[in-house]
Amino acid sequence: MPAQTFQTSHSSPRFLAACVITFLLFLIACNAIAEAPREITMGLVQKIFYFHVPCAWLLMLSTLVCAGGSVAYLFGGSERGDRVALSAAELGVLFGMCVLVSGPLWAKAAWGVYWQWEARLTSSLLLWLMLLAYVLARRYGGPSARRLAAALALFAAIDIPLVYFSVRFFRSIHPSNTVVSTLGPGMRGAFWLSLLAFTALWAVLLTARLAVESAQARLVDLEIELDQAEEKRT
Amino acid sequence: MTASWWRYTFLIAFKDLRIEGRSREVLYTMGFSAALVVLVFSFALANATDAAQGPVTAAGVLWAATLFTGTVALARVLDRERENESIRSLLLSPAPRSAIYAGKLIATSLLMIAVEVLLTVLVGVLFSTGVFTHLGWLALVLVLGTLGFSATGVVFSAALLRSRSREALLGALLFPIVIPVLLAASRATACLFDPLSPDLEPVSFWTRFLFATDVIYILLGLWVFEPVVIGE
Amino acid sequence: MSLRHLRVANLSKTYGRQRALVDVSLAFAPGEVTAVVGPNGAGKTTLLALLSTLVRPTSGAISLGNDPLSGGPAARATIGYVGHEPGVYPELSAWQNLRLFASLYALTGAEDRIEAMLKRVDLADVRSDLPARAYSRGMLQRLALARALLHGPEILLFDEPSSALDPMGARWLVDELLRERQAGRLVVLVTHDLDAAAQVASHLVVIRRGRVALDRTQPEGFAGAEVRALYQEAVRDS
Repeated sequence: MPAQTFQTSHSSPRFLAACVITFLLFLIACNAIAEAPREITMGLVQKIFYFHVPCAWLLMLSTLVCAGGSVAYLFGGSERGDRVALSAAELGVLFGMCVLVSGPLWAKAAWGVYWQWEARLTSSLLLWLMLLAYVLARRYGGPSARRLAAALALFAAIDIPLVYFSVRFFRSIHPSNTVVSTLGPGMRGAFWLSLLAFTALWAVLLTARLAVESAQARLVDLEIELDQAEEKRT
Repeated sequence: MTASWWRYTFLIAFKDLRIEGRSREVLYTMGFSAALVVLVFSFALANATDAAQGPVTAAGVLWAATLFTGTVALARVLDRERENESIRSLLLSPAPRSAIYAGKLIATSLLMIAVEVLLTVLVGVLFSTGVFTHLGWLALVLVLGTLGFSATGVVFSAALLRSRSREALLGALLFPIVIPVLLAASRATACLFDPLSPDLEPVSFWTRFLFATDVIYILLGLWVFEPVVIGE
Repeated sequence: MSLRHLRVANLSKTYGRQRALVDVSLAFAPGEVTAVVGPNGAGKTTLLALLSTLVRPTSGAISLGNDPLSGGPAARATIGYVGHEPGVYPELSAWQNLRLFASLYALTGAEDRIEAMLKRVDLADVRSDLPARAYSRGMLQRLALARALLHGPEILLFDEPSSALDPMGARWLVDELLRERQAGRLVVLVTHDLDAAAQVASHLVVIRRGRVALDRTQPEGFAGAEVRALYQEAVRDS
């Protein structure tokens, strides 16, 4: 068996560069957020928005990536697709928690209540629950755990517009989608920087998580090769 | 969908219904559990003086009880294939896997609807609401709501066939996904139960929403069933 | 009955961390009973699962005649399978079960075929409305064979069919296997029972740790002691 050096992505220069860039982006974004003008009615609390919205966006993105990976795995037998789906689901749970914590903090200050049953909040909560269910299914689903979870991811992805529209039938007091374009110039810049920084963080975390999964798969292959080599010798 | 596909679908649905007809296991166990859930809710939500709460609570309790106990129907229609490995015989036959899905979908839904009819009567009595005022609409909502639940449930139940944590996991995985169905069905049903309101506009909206949801779930189920059940 | 050979080339199957089958190449001929034996966990059941097309190989190919054996409906119709469990519906009677399978396989002249099959497996005298749940283990296994043979498959796969049978049941099974062999069917029998293997097989395969440890064809059959000796030799740790 030819000697192979196994280089994890953690040590690759590109990955390290990505980490540094992400860190710098956060520095710049936080600076921009601090410099951004305070909103008239809400004051400092409004700045949760710069964290809350990117996290919500990443929750959405994680779901889509998880669904994409699940399709690749279920219909194409792609092991990599399965690893991507798992990593994305875990990140979705993480950023989902950020959304569900930051949202109520903002809501208490803005609306006087921690929670409202309206379209976006409900969709976010349910999406988070579905991704949590995905992780649960992977762990306890038995021999067909991966396929079960993949099916779950597909139903979850399809379901989110349905949840959103079903709840939207009722009056909503959540800020509408157009809030981004009505931001003043100082705010807009800070928002997009924050979005960029968070997305970079997401990409870095996904890559790292994927690397762990790939390394584990490679380890299993190596163990098998080792067993085989031993058998040949005996 | 060719004629042969439909033949297989009805063959499998009829087989499951016939087996259920012999034992009546689902009807008794699901029926009894659901009735108990309704009773529990009526004790927990008891509000003797507020008649206006009747329709909304009745509708909500009906659908909540249906969802909670619907997993019984799912478990029996799919689990029983595991006991004698008849699922292997079924999968080995030339029957298209999507037809197996559709057949089980029909069987599960019909069994659930039978129980729901009983539940409707029960909630009508316990919450003092007229439940059969708009019989046609009610039937439509019951059918569409049940189909939405079963469409997803059959996929997950089949995927969990060989898992030891079957019972624990099925509900946990299923319920977040079927929330839109629950929402739409209970809203529509609440309007139908309301003796004062002649307004069927929301019913029409929610019924159309349920129809669209069902179409999406069933198409996804047909597509996903085979790789989930045969894979690796 | 057609005369196609079933071939398996470089077949491998990995389940996560476990390599169930590694680079297995075998050929099965019609009119031949192949006994697949080996220690527990060796991969025999995996091989059978792959042959039944219900599990897809990680790598390698299976072919019937000149065509690859896909998992499609036409391919499945050529296969009959008898496993540990009878694979029938306990709430239905023998007739109802077989009528169901006749419909699933779109068989013509179903009633006559079922009657003939029940006679063949000696279940014709059982009360026609008795659900399969009430059958003894031996009766269930006979019903299972009827189910597997009903659509006239080219290939018969058995997964330890005599494991729960009494000596009479086991004897009956041996007779049935010999009968199928004579009828020209291609039979693959996975078993622990080396004596049964000796009685019916003309092709012996020993699987050990996912690989083929022995692959021998003897048209005149094997003696019991011979099978035992070959098996010991093949699974011995050298």
